[in-house]
Amino acid sequence: MDIAVCVKTNPDLQLMRIKDRVPVLEAVPFKMGDLEKNALEAALGLRDAAGQGRIVVVAVSQGDRKIRETMKEALAIGADEAVLVGDPALDDTDQAGVALALARALEKAGPFELVLFGEGSTDGYSGQVPSRVAELLGLPEIGYARSLAVAGAVLRAERSMGENVETLETALPAAATLVSEINEPRIPTLMNIMKAGKKPVVELTLADLALDAAAVAPRRAVRSNLAEEQSRKHVLFDGDPAAQADALVNALVAEGVLGR
Amino acid sequence: MTAILVYSEQADTALELVSAARELAPQLDLTVSAAVLGTDAAAAAAALAAHGAAPVYVCNEPALEGLDTAVVAQALAYIVEQAGASVVLLGSTRRGRELGGRLAQRLAAGCVTDAVSLAVEDGLLVAGRYNLGGATVQAEAITTPVQVVAVMPKIFEVGEPAAAAGGDAVVAVSPGLAAPAVKVVDRRPKEGQAVDLAAAARIVGVGRGLAKRDDLSLGEGLAAALGAELACTKSLADFGWMADDRIVGLSGAKTAPEMYLAVGISGQVQHTVGIAQARIIAVVNQDKDAPIFALADYGVVGDLYQLVPALVERLKSL
Repeated sequence: MDIAVCVKTNPDLQLMRIKDRVPVLEAVPFKMGDLEKNALEAALGLRDAAGQGRIVVVAVSQGDRKIRETMKEALAIGADEAVLVGDPALDDTDQAGVALALARALEKAGPFELVLFGEGSTDGYSGQVPSRVAELLGLPEIGYARSLAVAGAVLRAERSMGENVETLETALPAAATLVSEINEPRIPTLMNIMKAGKKPVVELTLADLALDAAAVAPRRAVRSNLAEEQSRKHVLFDGDPAAQADALVNALVAEGVLGR
Repeated sequence: MTAILVYSEQADTALELVSAARELAPQLDLTVSAAVLGTDAAAAAAALAAHGAAPVYVCNEPALEGLDTAVVAQALAYIVEQAGASVVLLGSTRRGRELGGRLAQRLAAGCVTDAVSLAVEDGLLVAGRYNLGGATVQAEAITTPVQVVAVMPKIFEVGEPAAAAGGDAVVAVSPGLAAPAVKVVDRRPKEGQAVDLAAAARIVGVGRGLAKRDDLSLGEGLAAALGAELACTKSLADFGWMADDRIVGLSGAKTAPEMYLAVGISGQVQHTVGIAQARIIAVVNQDKDAPIFALADYGVVGDLYQLVPALVERLKSL
């Protein structure tokens, strides 16, 4: 069973700071998306259950986002090959451009019986790319899977939707997005990290995919990206602990958030 | 292009979006229409019409059973053309977010999901959405002729009913939809047990100001006295002191309680993205320079090991 896993790198948000409402991302390292690790783990499980097949990680390179390191990491975790689309025109593209490049790369590197994604990227979390890729490739899609299994040519998934849990089935080939509950991603062993260097990494340009800069021109313009302004009251209460507690509780009662 | 088209599979959300659309429509020189898909459409269509959507397009072909995203996108793309819509507002539920990308791709449109604000600037629709794990709000202007925006539920309020449009308020459409490729083989109610911090009215959050696991009992006692849920920073879950579903922030719940009381929490952005929507934030922390105080409506600087028991004692006399 041949499976593609689409991956992205994101700034490590645990190391981000906000200064004067502006996110400070200089010196923040990039790393493989958390949910993409879940997707890769799911792919490995499905391939092992099938007993054969290859796993290909596919990504779009955008600027200096350390995608090559992430591809190496994915190969060390267990992917068999990596496909990387890079072009200066992709640096400023949006979800529509990324999806188009991914879809063409999947066609070129495929065919795949299954294309897996995280439900959203760690930084932007728009969830647009998987749906756009599925539409471009004419694939059925199952979103937010918390379990996946393949029997014959049928993909079966369970997902949580509002008040309900749904079990869904679709015929392969198909696309699916995953949530983090689906599994616990493995950590690559030292042996596999060393082997990863020998695995194939295919680098493609837009021209290789019969695309040009106009095809991936962004369809939206970012006007601003700032932390929200918070207007808070900033009232501090002094005194001994009993007096402070009294004043705080009185304030909360006066706000109507506490009381009988 | 003459219309804004509203669709959500959630009836309440669709009404919220109609009221949002009615605010935007004059600025964009558009009318407001809506779509209802699937069975039981009549009542929902009547409610949308009563709130000012005209016309309301109704499609109840059997292929819509199960609301497969590809089929819903096909139906909406057809209705967008019928309505002459240049703006499509969807509800950003799980289904709506997935639908947004698929519909936008079909319409060669730019798309914003999880929008928390909508505005018109220089004639362009600008949607705000959280970015960088919720630390910032990114304002995005969509530059394509058709724009698809999935709006978070409960951002806009359901408006007052509008004057009846009269005439052909409800239009039945039959696009001849393809059979769904994804089949729902089972749907059952979720077993309830997990805490839902996103819906909690009062929350006590605890952080690394607690010296040891046993001290969680202080937080538990305070939460009980306040009728609040107990929550924590990621650190405490990483220590294994509390379950992951108690985390507030980047790695956990985004909450919007009436009151959030932060106890022994320094206030790194990774945590505060989950509390920014609280109506009132109260803080107990021994470090007067801790960043959490920047978010405080009310605060006390002091030792939580003295202040928490004092608060519990004071709350007894409420």
